[in-house]
Amino acid sequence: MSGKPKLHYFNGRGRMESIRWLLAAAGVEFEECFLETKDDLTKLQKGGSLLFQQVPMVEIDGMKMVQTRAIANYIATKYNLYGKDLKERALIDMYVEAIIDLNELLMTHILQPADKKEQHLATIVDKATNRYFPVYEKVLKDHGQDFLVGNQFSRADVQLLETLLMAEECKPDILAKFPLLQSFKARISNIPTIKKFLQPGSQRKPPLQEKDVPKVMKIFH
Amino acid sequence: MSGKPRLTYLNGRGRMEPVRWLLAAAGVEFEEIFLETREQYEKLIKDGVLMFQQVPLVEIDGMKMVQTRAILSYIAGKYNLYGKDLKERALIDMYVEGITDLMQMILVFPFSPPEAKEKNIDSIKERATNRYFPVFEKVLKQHGQDFLVGNKFSWADVQLIEAILAVEEKIPAVLSGFPQLQAFKKRMSNMPTIKKFLQPGSPRKPPPDECYVETVLKVFKK
Repeated sequence: MSGKPKLHYFNGRGRMESIRWLLAAAGVEFEECFLETKDDLTKLQKGGSLLFQQVPMVEIDGMKMVQTRAIANYIATKYNLYGKDLKERALIDMYVEAIIDLNELLMTHILQPADKKEQHLATIVDKATNRYFPVYEKVLKDHGQDFLVGNQFSRADVQLLETLLMAEECKPDILAKFPLLQSFKARISNIPTIKKFLQPGSQRKPPLQEKDVPKVMKIFH
Repeated sequence: MSGKPRLTYLNGRGRMEPVRWLLAAAGVEFEEIFLETREQYEKLIKDGVLMFQQVPLVEIDGMKMVQTRAILSYIAGKYNLYGKDLKERALIDMYVEGITDLMQMILVFPFSPPEAKEKNIDSIKERATNRYFPVFEKVLKQHGQDFLVGNKFSWADVQLIEAILAVEEKIPAVLSGFPQLQAFKKRMSNMPTIKKFLQPGSPRKPPPDECYVETVLKVFKK
């Protein structure tokens, strides 16, 4: 046993990707065990490793952690990415929860039936550019600091960068009206741990391709 | 200004009810503003009070907090309902997140079409009795303590008692295979702050009815 956290999920982004980002940003090496078939999931379930029969599951510090938010909260706190006090944590939580809402939209785009895809993309762009991005643009403008909260790198910065990049994958010019988010993106991408994660060969996963959707659905349904 | 937390939401459970439970369990008095019309909601947005144009909104300690989980985490942290260390917090988070998944099914139920309602009740019953309740039954059996985590009252206990009562409203005999949860339910219901919250006249909201569903659609329709 290596002592490194071990991630159990399928070989794709899904709900595990933000955990990979967080560990990578914290400079923590981790191992991955990929579910390829429904049998792989059933085996984990039968073995009693999954508290609520679901993945993501991360083996870390003697625990088999499940529930994405619980895992992310633990990692963020352990590696000092969660602010310095309760009020900073409150801000980080508010920012992160909204990012998660936007991520849900982005994540489910590939799963939309063909006749709904265009409408769904329009919804993503509308929410991103009218509800979410303006908030972070304003936060950065108002305090003029490099990071979202408390002038210190935190999980809010990691998760925002992840989402900005995913949004750009959907629509490359989606940040056109947000100059501060553009410079934020450049700045955070250059942080050494993140820069490393963004390079080919890292554990960052590519977007799910349409041809792979049936295989993933088979594991979970 | 009274210094009490101020909750802004519809006059019903929805996404605010866990916040009401947690504040009540912590013995914290709070005020409420109820949204009844679309105009009220639009005014809140225009005034820039809703960070992401959504409620719940809780004004607390000088902050205008939004996002239910952020609000709950803050309250739990502030009132010592979040365990004594990182590992206890991890357990509480896992339990709360699992329960929240179950509560999500209850949250959306009133908005499902009539023909789907019976199937949805069956789904709730299936998940409650096969996925979620067995976990907490086992946790309580294994450590034999009164509370889910660390032998101390926490956010996880509040969330679980809320969920048990909500599921029972739909499926009255749902706890029949779960003796530990039955005892847990009784124990939690008798805690002074929770007992008070369970009495008529408290801020606890009744189960959603058609009128509530109509109000939701009216206020939030796009």
